[in-house]
Amino acid sequence: MQRQELELDELYRELILDHYKNPRHHTPLAHAAVVAEGYNPVCGDEIEMQLNFDDGRLTEIGIIGRGCSISRASGSMMSELVTGKSIGEIRRLTDEFQQMLTQPDGDVPEELGDLEALQGVAKFAVRVKCATLAWHTLADGIAQHERGDGAVRREEG
Amino acid sequence: MSIEEHVTYDTERIRGDFPILERRVHGKMLVYLDNAATTQKPRSVIDALVHYYEHYNANIHRGLHTLAEEATLAYEATRQKAGRFINAEHPGEEIIFTRNTTEAINLVSNAWGRKNLKQGDEIVITAMEHHSNLIPWQLIAAETGAALRVIDIDDDGKLVWGDVQEKIGARTKMVALTQMSNVLGTINPIKEIARLAHGVGAVVLVDGAQSVPHMPVDVRELDCDFLAFSSHKMLGPTGVGVLYGKRDILDAMDPFLGGGEMIKRVTYESSTYADLPNKFEAGTPNIADVIAFGAAIDYLEGIGMEAVRAHEIAITQYAIDALSAVEGVKVYGPKDAREKGGAVTFNYGDLHPHDLSQVLDQEAIAIRAGHHCAQPLMRRLGVIATARASFYIYNTHEEVDALVNGMGAADRIFGNATARVGAG
Repeated sequence: MQRQELELDELYRELILDHYKNPRHHTPLAHAAVVAEGYNPVCGDEIEMQLNFDDGRLTEIGIIGRGCSISRASGSMMSELVTGKSIGEIRRLTDEFQQMLTQPDGDVPEELGDLEALQGVAKFAVRVKCATLAWHTLADGIAQHERGDGAVRREEG
Repeated sequence: MSIEEHVTYDTERIRGDFPILERRVHGKMLVYLDNAATTQKPRSVIDALVHYYEHYNANIHRGLHTLAEEATLAYEATRQKAGRFINAEHPGEEIIFTRNTTEAINLVSNAWGRKNLKQGDEIVITAMEHHSNLIPWQLIAAETGAALRVIDIDDDGKLVWGDVQEKIGARTKMVALTQMSNVLGTINPIKEIARLAHGVGAVVLVDGAQSVPHMPVDVRELDCDFLAFSSHKMLGPTGVGVLYGKRDILDAMDPFLGGGEMIKRVTYESSTYADLPNKFEAGTPNIADVIAFGAAIDYLEGIGMEAVRAHEIAITQYAIDALSAVEGVKVYGPKDAREKGGAVTFNYGDLHPHDLSQVLDQEAIAIRAGHHCAQPLMRRLGVIATARASFYIYNTHEEVDALVNGMGAADRIFGNATARVGAG
């Protein structure tokens, strides 16, 4: 019982609740070159991600939509981390983040910063998709930017 | 709740028949409030399953040995019980076993729909249908050129009667609707709708997945043409669904699946099909689970469906009132339990139902959170998801109190719900 309560505390850490209540980059961009949509049919969560790139770097991100605490906090922390990063760096960070969610007790690379707070999600299998929705949507947005084509809709399944 | 109910309805005795209710989750006694998803099983159902495998496991309908005969008798006994349970006129022919409610509806949409629907025809459903009574009709509509029309609901979650009359018309060939919404709990006036539908020559399919387990259902009184329901939502095992169909209509339909058991005479070129119900039960059926489903029906009949319904009206009204009294909680659907089944759908401030459900799980309280396989209805309600507590014969008012107290656990983590309203 004590262990379980600890795990719930690990899931809902203060940092996560802060990002949930005050999500960063949560406003629409004045102009967006790329718009990607993410959808999680398990819970009905929907997000719209607006992106601008310049010279292979993500310069601006806006995440609009509704989601649970984990989904919103993950998107919020991600938005802070990836702004200004090159596409290559973002891909590496995405891999590291996903790796972290498969290893509840593994070492977390320092460059993930605050996102380390989401490691507790790894112990709650059904919530992993909540945590990865924003990241998968960003990956779709990047792919869309590289192809230079229309809107993308991501369905977790 | 009436005094009589207290006297005749013994929740504690019933709880004693369910081994899983002894279980602890995170060190606390399980509070199982997800009965609209699936119910728990009494010892007698579990025993029937084990007894079959230990004593007379055999394939049915063809073996001539003792075990095969015993298995066949037990399997067919459940068909009779299921038929009597819903007052079918000819249980031996009008009860078809499927895997679940979904397959039962798909059987009708395919076997009846392909033969009877064409361009210009209309299929009428309602805004509160589970995906299982929506997608099969979308598929057959696309295939046959028939159009799908949807009866709207009001803000209380009830069908708009004017729209019922508007949507059911000369072009209507099928009216497929739920008797009890899995989200709102709304009980629909099937008898009146069937009369309207039959008046224009349409056939009526009732999704009884939520109603048959929770209230007396009489197909002859409702005068529905088809009724689909599932064993696992009424104390029985998973993997067994029931399709009731009027004999004449089933008789006129072509088979759904082809294979063994459903044929009379077979050549390489063509075959003649078996009589009802075997025509619709191709291949070896789920013998063990059908037999154990018989024990589930026995159990429910031992309590009596009127008593089940009375118990649920009482606990549902208690839950609606208790939840509504919590500041920040919004309850969806009818607020009078006499108009609805034992499912209460709600949201707590702007807290996402997944977060609420996760916190409640910590208190050993199991509820459902999500879109409940009713995405169009969620959009109609203007929400992305809801929390749902659903009750059955073994639930107590104390368990409702535990649910309400669980809101406090959510407050401790996420802050007071009312303070958060509008923060999203």
